[in-house]
Amino acid sequence: MKTTPIYGIMAEFDSATALVEAARKTHDAGYRKIDAYSPFPVEELAEAIGFHTNRVALVTLIGAIIGGLSGYLMQYWMAAVDYPVNVAGRPDHSWPSFIVITFELTILFGGISAVLGMLALNGLPMPYHPVFNVPRFAMATKDRFFLIVFSTDPKYKPAEVRQFLESLQPRSISEVPS
Amino acid sequence: MTDRMEQVEIAGGKAPVIEPGFTFGTVTDKISSIVLTRPTSTGWFVGFGVAFLVTMMLLFALGYLFVKGTGIWGINIPIGWGFAIVNFVWWIGIGHAGTLISAILLLLRQSWRNSINRFAEAMTLFAVACAGIFPLVHTGRPWLAYWLFPYPNTMQYWPQFRSPLLWDVFAVSTYFTISLLFWFIGLIPDLATLRDRSENPWAQRIYGLLAMGWRGSARHWHRYESAYLLLAGLATPLVLSVHTVVSFDFAIAIVPGWHTTIFPPYFVAGAIYSGFAMVLMLAIPIRKLYGLEGFITDRHLQNSAKVMLATGWIVAYGYGIEAFMGWYGGDRYDAFTLWNRLHGPYAPVYFALLICNIGIPQTLWIRKLRTSPLGLFLVSTVILVGMWLERFVIVVMSLHRDFLTSSWGMYYPTRWDWMTYLGTIGMFLAAMFLFVRILPMISIFEMRTLLPEAEVKAE
Repeated sequence: MKTTPIYGIMAEFDSATALVEAARKTHDAGYRKIDAYSPFPVEELAEAIGFHTNRVALVTLIGAIIGGLSGYLMQYWMAAVDYPVNVAGRPDHSWPSFIVITFELTILFGGISAVLGMLALNGLPMPYHPVFNVPRFAMATKDRFFLIVFSTDPKYKPAEVRQFLESLQPRSISEVPS
Repeated sequence: MTDRMEQVEIAGGKAPVIEPGFTFGTVTDKISSIVLTRPTSTGWFVGFGVAFLVTMMLLFALGYLFVKGTGIWGINIPIGWGFAIVNFVWWIGIGHAGTLISAILLLLRQSWRNSINRFAEAMTLFAVACAGIFPLVHTGRPWLAYWLFPYPNTMQYWPQFRSPLLWDVFAVSTYFTISLLFWFIGLIPDLATLRDRSENPWAQRIYGLLAMGWRGSARHWHRYESAYLLLAGLATPLVLSVHTVVSFDFAIAIVPGWHTTIFPPYFVAGAIYSGFAMVLMLAIPIRKLYGLEGFITDRHLQNSAKVMLATGWIVAYGYGIEAFMGWYGGDRYDAFTLWNRLHGPYAPVYFALLICNIGIPQTLWIRKLRTSPLGLFLVSTVILVGMWLERFVIVVMSLHRDFLTSSWGMYYPTRWDWMTYLGTIGMFLAAMFLFVRILPMISIFEMRTLLPEAEVKAE
């Protein structure tokens, strides 16, 4: 008998339309642990697999607020508390001069949070992933579209899943070894 | 939806954003083959070789500068800023078009940007890198440049946050960082494509490492799109702020010709003006040499020409207001600055600037010129020269005759000034040569979204 654990069963499609339709049907059939792969962003796809909200915007907002606050407080503390220098009688806490750097640090921290947040939430970098074991998956970055049902899905039964995916008329079906 | 609309417009007589007949596969192959399979041409080696030699000249000029100090340049009191600041402002302005194309046009849903944003962003990075050299070496002791950053130190001091020069340090370093991030996350899906297409094991490893295991999952794309849009939203005010802050370096000072409120908008418009000129100067030969006319079409050239025409008029308005204020403001020093521009020793530079930036670009009103690559290339060259002259006028002509006649002077660049300036052009070109050879110069995944079959049809 087979001993390699199976990560999931994967079906290959020719077009974005076919993939979105298949993903919708799979989700409607009650499969929840599924994912879809496309060579470019397809707006409808995330919704079709039941993924509606992401937290990138929240992470970015938090980063931007931290950046702005730390930028202003840093300048206040350095220029008015720790090292006050009298420049032509201007107040130590001359806030209009501090706006530019506050703004720049807001953008800097917000931008870095957006990128690192996106990568972290996506679990990247992850050079190895079971789906790469499927030779045809190399086409996912060119012109093919893939749908996978993970073996962790509560409804997962290999024969049933395979039969269901076949009913979606894919181009090919492959087992993904873990 | 707009993407698809533009496909339809082909019939209406407008040049298309992407030539009809491409598929996901052919778009991918066409762009990735330039990097992966196309043999490196002799022309590339010659071009890169020349640019590399000019870069070596830059290193030589900088090496001598480090030995002797800034005395080898033409700067002296009263003109302490000279070429270093002229070139800094010129280069950083050129960078602005890249961010405008990648961020602002993305937010405005101008999908024609998809085929030029990648190399325009690369251009931004290299231009900002060239720009960064100048203030660094102009400090005189560049090995102490880290003193500009607020870090705890044994001297027990902090930088002076009320100085626009320090604002500039933050603005430019933030700009470089955000541009780099924007460029890099745009590259991730394409690096995955190169990883999967490449047959060379080393290329697979390097691209694979950089792609970080990107696999195009729908969840990943969803977060990716959010991050990309947010970054564009953050980069938009940033790009407007960078040249604004650069202009504060001048406008906050009381030197006649600098102390004016028109500077921020006029600097930003000038930056985009010169940036688009540089985009065209790069795009026209690149699309010709690599046969990319199907992706960078006449539509792109025309649109860029229109942006130049519009920003050129904002710049012209800036010159007009400067002159008007010199006359109407009633300040004798400002009035003298105007007189000095028209009749002083540097007057030919001022008139050359007017011809290059206002006169010759008006030919862009002619439709025939906007569709002629050679014509656009020449006009772009003129604009780049003109914008450089503008910065020369601002920096040198304001400083050389200010309040006291006893402290007037003249500025003559030395051969070291020229070697440093031309050297950065060589460095910029060498970096561009490397970029088109080792990375996809057009965003492959964004080009795929322009194709009609990228649309999901309703059942």
